[in-house]
Amino acid sequence: MKRMLVISLIVVFLLSAVSLLFAAEKGTIKIGAILAVTGGASNLGAPEAKTLEMLVEQANASGGLDGRKVELIVKDSGGSPEKAISFARQLIEEERVLAIIGPSTSGETMKIKDICEEGKTILLSCSAAESIVNPVAQYVFKTPQNDSFAVIWIYNTLKQKGISKIGVVASNTGFGTGGKAQLEKYAPEYGIDILIAEIYDKEATDLTGVLNKLKAKNVQAVVNWSIEPAQSLVAKNMRQLGMTAPLLQSHGFGNIKYVEAAGQAAEGIIFPCGRLLVADALPPKHPQKALLTAYKRQYEAKYKEEVSTFGGHAYDAFTILVEVVKTAGTDKEKLRQGIENLKGFAGTAGIFNFSPADHNGLALDSFEMLTVKNGKFVLLKP
Amino acid sequence: MPERRYLPLLALAVAVIGIQLAVSAAAAVYYLTQLTMSAYYCLVVLGLCLLMGYAGQISLGQAGFFAIGGYVSAVLTTLDLRSLAETPAVKLLGRLGFLAERKDLYENTLLCLAPWSAMAFALLLTVLLALMIGLPVIRLKGHYLAMATLGFGLIVFRIVLGTRFLGEADGISGVPPFPLFGLRVSGGLAWRVENYYIAWALVFLCLLLAVNLVHSRVGRALRSIRGGEEAARAMGVDTSRYKLATFVLSAVFACLGGIFLTHYNGGIGPSEAASMKSVRYVAIVAAGGADNLWGALFAGALLNFLSLRGTFGSYDDAFFAAILIGVMLFFPDGLLSVKGRGR
Amino acid sequence: MSFEQFFQYFLSGITQGSIYAIIAIGFNIIYNTTGVINFAQGEFLILGGMIAVSLSAYLPLPLAVALAVAVTMGVGLLIDLVFIRWLAGPSVLRLIVITMGLSILLREGMLHLWDEKVRALRHFTGSEISSLRILGAYISPQALWVLGISAVIVAVLNLFFKFTLAGRAMRACAANSLAARLCGIRTRRMVSLSFMLSAGIGALAGCTISPLTQTQYDMGAPLAIKGFTVAILGGLGNSMAAVAAGLILGLLEVFSVSLLPLAYKDAVSLAVLLVILFFKPGGLFGRREEQVLKEF
Repeated sequence: MKRMLVISLIVVFLLSAVSLLFAAEKGTIKIGAILAVTGGASNLGAPEAKTLEMLVEQANASGGLDGRKVELIVKDSGGSPEKAISFARQLIEEERVLAIIGPSTSGETMKIKDICEEGKTILLSCSAAESIVNPVAQYVFKTPQNDSFAVIWIYNTLKQKGISKIGVVASNTGFGTGGKAQLEKYAPEYGIDILIAEIYDKEATDLTGVLNKLKAKNVQAVVNWSIEPAQSLVAKNMRQLGMTAPLLQSHGFGNIKYVEAAGQAAEGIIFPCGRLLVADALPPKHPQKALLTAYKRQYEAKYKEEVSTFGGHAYDAFTILVEVVKTAGTDKEKLRQGIENLKGFAGTAGIFNFSPADHNGLALDSFEMLTVKNGKFVLLKP
Repeated sequence: MPERRYLPLLALAVAVIGIQLAVSAAAAVYYLTQLTMSAYYCLVVLGLCLLMGYAGQISLGQAGFFAIGGYVSAVLTTLDLRSLAETPAVKLLGRLGFLAERKDLYENTLLCLAPWSAMAFALLLTVLLALMIGLPVIRLKGHYLAMATLGFGLIVFRIVLGTRFLGEADGISGVPPFPLFGLRVSGGLAWRVENYYIAWALVFLCLLLAVNLVHSRVGRALRSIRGGEEAARAMGVDTSRYKLATFVLSAVFACLGGIFLTHYNGGIGPSEAASMKSVRYVAIVAAGGADNLWGALFAGALLNFLSLRGTFGSYDDAFFAAILIGVMLFFPDGLLSVKGRGR
Repeated sequence: MSFEQFFQYFLSGITQGSIYAIIAIGFNIIYNTTGVINFAQGEFLILGGMIAVSLSAYLPLPLAVALAVAVTMGVGLLIDLVFIRWLAGPSVLRLIVITMGLSILLREGMLHLWDEKVRALRHFTGSEISSLRILGAYISPQALWVLGISAVIVAVLNLFFKFTLAGRAMRACAANSLAARLCGIRTRRMVSLSFMLSAGIGALAGCTISPLTQTQYDMGAPLAIKGFTVAILGGLGNSMAAVAAGLILGLLEVFSVSLLPLAYKDAVSLAVLLVILFFKPGGLFGRREEQVLKEF
């Protein structure tokens, strides 16, 4: 019994200490973020968290938001929905944040969509599923482009090349299965015949088996949809198997480390992507050029690693918030309407044009087709 | 005195009510959210404690049973049967009163199974699977037992991760509240206090069951198995039957936790079936003292509460691993167990 | 299926299988000397790969690999000294739980020491796109390295356990540790040696597969589970059987891809694990052929 007593006392102290930690200074604006900084989706959440920390630092250095300091509360959900739910409730009820940025995965976002709607707190999700904004919930927005845009770009490119028979491989994450579903949905419309479509485990270490199956079917091109290291694996395994068909990837390929991991096998890979990775190649007057080159420079200087388009989704979420706070202040309802009426806003993913019916605001032209040449990302010349 | 064993139960009731009154007074009612979620995880811990501490069987697959409970109730309460409304099977379900029509957040009308009938199916499936898996499993010992239960948990994980109608990696969302005797199990703000009491009442009931079990003939038989299985068998104790029964009971506890938490959260994801979760449950039971129901309960409530609040940040898994190692190295009887108690 | 396709699957299968076999042998070495199943075995592979990748930026490849193996052996030794050595008469449950905890700690440690990004070691010969054509099937030169180094490891271990004093001392500990101690064998040292040996071959295997499979901090656990399945399939403690079992599982998995949707590939190894545990926990080669296969 005595041990229990001691431990109970420790708990009480812990609780009070913890709540003291959370006692905010008067007058800060709290912004919450639920991101998968570690765990299975860490290649999404880690750059997102770093981007937010960098932006908040910059904002506070130049006077803060609406005249007040910004306090960023990042919660590491590790990709698990139950943690996301608990953190969402915590951020809304306890911290009373102005808005929540994230989560990194669609599965987590769908679980907290209703919570944020009920709690009347703005959610700016960094994940791509269309069901996040369809049906529209008043307080829920998302910053990444729709997967369907990427699919349409891929299919248009294939048509240009005269390719109609393809093989699809996708990872078993939400991103992968979502992309595969979109690929299958749009195939008939663009005259594409998917000869074979397979899902592999995201932890897979060898894909020669399934690629052998694709090879046996004589596919004219391989489309891979995943966001993890398996992207590089597909490229390498294809070349090791002696496959000459072109490889097209999803916009998840948008990080130079996958090119590095694939080495020479990455040459010639084609994929749709936001303009962040080819910011230098954009014409000087392009509305996104200035912010893209600045973001790239600052991020790489601060964190000594290459930018990724995923970090860009968090960038867009924060800058949209900042932009709308300028006119609407910190009243949640006014903020919400402010976002809905935001038009022509340049972000990393594209130009945002929100509306009450469109809580994503991006269109087909937010993508460009890129390819890999000499180990670097370049625009694909049509 | 037989009443002594119920004293801690009384202490639990007092603590539960006391905490609620305290946080309400301090306008910190939001703490109840994580406490409610912890309560449902404590159900799993209680079942595992009975299994590990009293029947002496390690299980690295409790998360599997939790997930089965959660997923079955999630699927059945979100699967829209309107397109099949004219088929004989659905009509039969309707006549038996298993169906319920409801509106979701976007004003769509759905025809799904009523939550309580979904719960019944989930429990039924869990008992069947626990029997099927339990029969071969209880014959195993040591690392074979550990790996078999781990394998079971992994298979459940792979199934939920790889099946389209189970939501694949995104899981299932939009699970409706569970109406229960005029109350409802739901995460909505308005029902926070209500749900806190529902959760802890369920824990209380299961704990009562466990305490009575432990102090009954069955409990003594279990303890004799843990003490020395051959000796127990020599005394005429049907060890297989008792071990199987405990295995099934622990599965049912886990399943209940899964069902209720899924309705509370409004959804479930494959992470609930991950082997890491099973390891956490084992860590909690080990920390509380494998043969100490109160210890396990306390450790379960505390550790889950802190973890759900994000206190350990990115070191969450590492922290549980450290507890596991630390307890096993330095406190093999658990941090909170009372020395020399019914070993 | 044409012969080329069959042979292609066959090559993939034995490459995968030889990796599983090496991991299983790592399990067996420690199990034989201590009765402990070291759940952290998978992490040894990843640790070796990670260290080699970091070092290969400054050192020539062979040296980087050698150092990575040495450091990982040091980690193995550390694990034994800090966590295992001074436990007095530990129960099996305790040890299982401790090594599981260690596996997680190692993984989280690697996450925070390096980061979540994936890395790959340089190919030993050739590059990412090199491809050799053998009997109509294509294989990366690195896969041949995997097969070759696995074979060398098995052969060297065989010789070690048969002909060296230390090896035979370890076998003595495995057979009967009390009797071994009575013969003057320092069993504690043998335990440390077994950890170092398992860590070393794990690290070497990890370096060899890194160019093919890439290396990321959380890849250890799935590898360990496959390795454990193979170890049990062959019969715990029986390393020659582990080689056979590894090849069997590797081939089973790869050929299942040709018949079933890829999503079921992992179900195959899990099903094998459960079936073996439920019906013949002694493994395929257990009991009857104990005399012939047990000596390693």
